[in-house]
Amino acid sequence: MAEIDYATLKKGGFMRQKQKGYFSLRLGVVGGQVSAKQLIAVTEVAEKYGHGYIHLTSRQGIEIPYININDIEAVKETLAQGDIAPGVCGPRVRTVTACQGNKVCPNACIDTEDIAQELHKRYFGKELPHKFKFGVTGCRNNCLKAEENDLGIKGGYEVKWNEDNCISCGVCEKACRVDAIAIEDGRIKIDYDKCNNCGRCVFACPTDAYDYTEGYFVYFGGLFGNTINKGDEIVPFVKDKETLLRICDATLEFFEENAKAGERFKFTIDRVGIDELRKKVTEAYDG
Amino acid sequence: MADEIKIDETVDITDVVCPVTFVKAKVALEELDDGQIISIHMNDGEPVQNVPRSIKDEGHKILKLINNEDGTYDLLVKKVGD
Repeated sequence: MAEIDYATLKKGGFMRQKQKGYFSLRLGVVGGQVSAKQLIAVTEVAEKYGHGYIHLTSRQGIEIPYININDIEAVKETLAQGDIAPGVCGPRVRTVTACQGNKVCPNACIDTEDIAQELHKRYFGKELPHKFKFGVTGCRNNCLKAEENDLGIKGGYEVKWNEDNCISCGVCEKACRVDAIAIEDGRIKIDYDKCNNCGRCVFACPTDAYDYTEGYFVYFGGLFGNTINKGDEIVPFVKDKETLLRICDATLEFFEENAKAGERFKFTIDRVGIDELRKKVTEAYDG
Repeated sequence: MADEIKIDETVDITDVVCPVTFVKAKVALEELDDGQIISIHMNDGEPVQNVPRSIKDEGHKILKLINNEDGTYDLLVKKVGD
């Protein structure tokens, strides 16, 4: 048997197991969405080549444990027929995670699936000094835990009262969880210092009396492993997808240019200085 | 404005908790004819934060939320559809 190139296998999502000659095969999943067709192929591989089960990873991935080194090509072939491919491990852009977003969830402000697919297409597997994780969550409820990612994205609404449609019913005042809305003499007053852009007033309003702009909060340098760090918000609310993608480009550029090999983004930020990163992403924000 | 609204029916959902609050309100709405108005009596907190939106999402028309200043609210809703 030819010598095993573990680095190449790892790049291709094959995680070496304790058991000699066996791998836990990580699959390429985007935003936690897996089609029925893909599941059938996964089932076939797990039954025929694995031990008849899968492991769901902490980041919405699927791994099929107990794949023998000699079966790798056959496994890849079976997966390809089900439109699913191995994922990645090692120092590169990892699985992009996402909540279900506003296509399905009544609380979500943004289409997280669309953003996740876009990030996946642009960056998935991109070689970097260390692993890099993106996560996209649809709203303040933060089901997808944006701040624990190297770059986390959280959807929100910037809201404005539309007086013409308002019947002063009072529903929004109660729907708001941060007491940012007060009704005085039939007029809505929004305290923008308190408003957390969750969009609950928009969703609750029976007469569409709120105009809103969809947007993104972006968090930098989150970690949830050996070190735990909540990502920092260093740019204002981002109001369009193009700007968001420019910020993501700039962030990966900064990481590539500044990180030492094997250094997570958070530590690069600490070493180089958050002001340097802020300068770089603010340029991207300003276009 | 509230005192101009003629109320056809009332339902008290202060004796139940989520998600039965919405279910009880929905069942009461089903008993009404199109265009009739119901006053839904509910507690402060989770019910008043969420029930109005759920009723809106069902397609009914919300007219007014009255604060009774005693920890309860009355939501006036016009039924839409049969």
